[in-house]
Amino acid sequence: MFASLSDRLQAVFASVRRETRLTPESVETALREIRLALLEADVNFKVVKAFIDRVRDRAVDRAVLDSLTPTQQVVVIVRDELLALLGDGQPGLSASKQRPQVVLLLGLQGAGKTTTTVKLARWLGANGRHPLVVSTDVRRPAAIEQLGVLAGDAGVRVHDPDRDTAVVARAEGAVQMAKSFGFDVVLVDTAGRLHVDDDLMGELDALKAAVEPSDLLYVADAMTGQDAIKSAGEFNRRVGISGVVLTKMDGDARGGAALSVVSVVGVPVSFIGDGERLEDLQPFHPERLVSRLLGMGDVLSLVEKAEQVVSPEEATRLERKIRGNDFTLQDMRDQLKTVMRMGPLDRLAEMIPGMSQMSGQMSTQVDPKALSQTMAIIDSMTRRERAHYQVIDGSRRRRIALGSGTTVQDVNRLLKQFMEMRRMLRAVGGASRSRTKKGGRRRSMSAGRRFPVR
Amino acid sequence: MSVLERLRAGLRRTAAQLVDRIDGLDAGRRADGGGPAVDTLDDLEGILLEADIGVAATARLLEVARGQTAASDLRTVVKTELLRLLELSGPAPASDAHPRVVLVVGVNGTGKTTTVGRLARLLALSGERAVICAADTFRAAAVEQLEVWARRVDADFVRARPGSDPAAVVFDAITAGKARGRDVVLVDTAGRLHTRANLMDELDKIRRVAGRAVAGAPHETLLVLDATVGQNGLAQARAFLEVAGVTGIVLTKLDGTAKGGIAVAISAELGVPIRYVGVGEQLDDLVPFSPAEYVDALFEPVW
Repeated sequence: MFASLSDRLQAVFASVRRETRLTPESVETALREIRLALLEADVNFKVVKAFIDRVRDRAVDRAVLDSLTPTQQVVVIVRDELLALLGDGQPGLSASKQRPQVVLLLGLQGAGKTTTTVKLARWLGANGRHPLVVSTDVRRPAAIEQLGVLAGDAGVRVHDPDRDTAVVARAEGAVQMAKSFGFDVVLVDTAGRLHVDDDLMGELDALKAAVEPSDLLYVADAMTGQDAIKSAGEFNRRVGISGVVLTKMDGDARGGAALSVVSVVGVPVSFIGDGERLEDLQPFHPERLVSRLLGMGDVLSLVEKAEQVVSPEEATRLERKIRGNDFTLQDMRDQLKTVMRMGPLDRLAEMIPGMSQMSGQMSTQVDPKALSQTMAIIDSMTRRERAHYQVIDGSRRRRIALGSGTTVQDVNRLLKQFMEMRRMLRAVGGASRSRTKKGGRRRSMSAGRRFPVR
Repeated sequence: MSVLERLRAGLRRTAAQLVDRIDGLDAGRRADGGGPAVDTLDDLEGILLEADIGVAATARLLEVARGQTAASDLRTVVKTELLRLLELSGPAPASDAHPRVVLVVGVNGTGKTTTVGRLARLLALSGERAVICAADTFRAAAVEQLEVWARRVDADFVRARPGSDPAAVVFDAITAGKARGRDVVLVDTAGRLHTRANLMDELDKIRRVAGRAVAGAPHETLLVLDATVGQNGLAQARAFLEVAGVTGIVLTKLDGTAKGGIAVAISAELGVPIRYVGVGEQLDDLVPFSPAEYVDALFEPVW
């Protein structure tokens, strides 16, 4: 996501960096490019104008232009101003003491309210809460069924009264049920409606009055254009919204709507939805988004993703293995599996600093098919072969190739990769033991320095 | 209400803003009468950008406006150029196949299912009978939603089991359409982001299978675009054009404050015509699109 805006901004900065000295004119050229990049990312044109003016005011300053690293300074200014635009709202839900805490999800048709309701319930459940969901969408055909099916998939409880129960009664019923059965948060899915539809906006007012939600989340499609601030603004004026959930962020929408809504309507982005799986919802972190926009990487999100899929025990075990120099083909398989669980490779690559410039080439090289082929090859090995790669001779290689539907060349390539990996791991982690044994000298520190971390 | 009236009613909010603002601009002319003042052009740029017409198309319109002398009014100039951009796209494909297969595609949440229901209704009004095919086997309850529509418009309905192969149900629907002598088979597909290669491949498969069931199918592929969509609409249209051979656009949700201006850019840049517009919540609120009426409606001062 956001890749295109980030590409453009990086191109701008790359051209600025080539100049040894900045002049007001070269700043102006860069600003024009930034303006276009933001407009094409659907940032509201008034927001763009104000943004450019602020950056210009700060950039065309003698102190910046005469400094030793003027382009770096401009990057920092743009970064600061983007952050200021995104605000410093708390991601996630409000820390309300209300029990059950009531959350209302509202927005235009097709923004993704029903899916988001279940994703949010799943997220809350994974974070120790006990969510109950209810649909109040009696208008769209089969909307209630959709929520029921999705909730079933996610293992989330649904309040599902008779079909002819009125909108407000459905929500009130859910709150009652939560009280009786000990659910501590109720998520109320609402029908999609246009902000200019007076009757339906009135219905939201009635819902709000009846269940007194602590959070009113406006669900917005990341692909929305200039209209985003109008609709979000009108929902805010009529009903009041406490946060925005940006959906469909896994496409190539540049998500300028996010920047605009936050700065014009003044409500924070609480969550983002970035995939079709029910796990694909995360609290929103402005500083991470800005780093990613400017191609500075997003190490924090990467670490979090890794933590989600790797248990501490697993990590300790692996570390011991690397130190002991007995990293096996089985371990390689486990590692690949872990990586695949973390999500699509190209999206992981985006989070690594400096990687975004490379990821264009990366995506063609590391394709997921190659990964599953590697898995298939290892799966076709016996337990003994996986533990002791040395035993894999020509006849075994033929058998493995046949079993995995690959060629002997593929198997050879994998074994070569594996041995390369072992060699590197020995240099990084296992040096202390092996060196001590051979040379009698402890050289772990100097061995570590052979791979300086930048 | 006539078709034109409904279109106008739907576009009223869109138009009121655009026209008032462009008219307001006419006051700010350059003193020497040599053309619009710089401030005026800046404001016009803002108006066009806010309508999601996009950076490139806006630049073209501004170029035209800049060359005008004081005598011609800004509104006529912009209107003529908008119309020209819209008419750059080709006509709708004609086909005498029986049944005609119409594939409805798009990203998630643009209104594909609703559009299929309304298209069946529109066809029924012109005396054509449709088979509705529910090929969205991914989204929960999508099939049920479409079934309700099929009942409302009294069309035949062919459904798939959740999770089954969408191409197979399309084949079944076309076979059923042939057997029952229906005129059109309307295929509702699952919403998919245009960046998801594997899901886009699925569309390609549906097309191939449809082509085997009846020659030349699909005869029409409609991309459903939400009028609120911004510049990403162009990326969507480009991707669906490449993979699914889109022949027309359905612009939905025009009854809000969004102007769907990106459709102008799509029409001009990719040559894909807008075929229908959704202008309200009622069953009859899908109407055939005509560039002249659209632009007229946008610029008509009094309703």
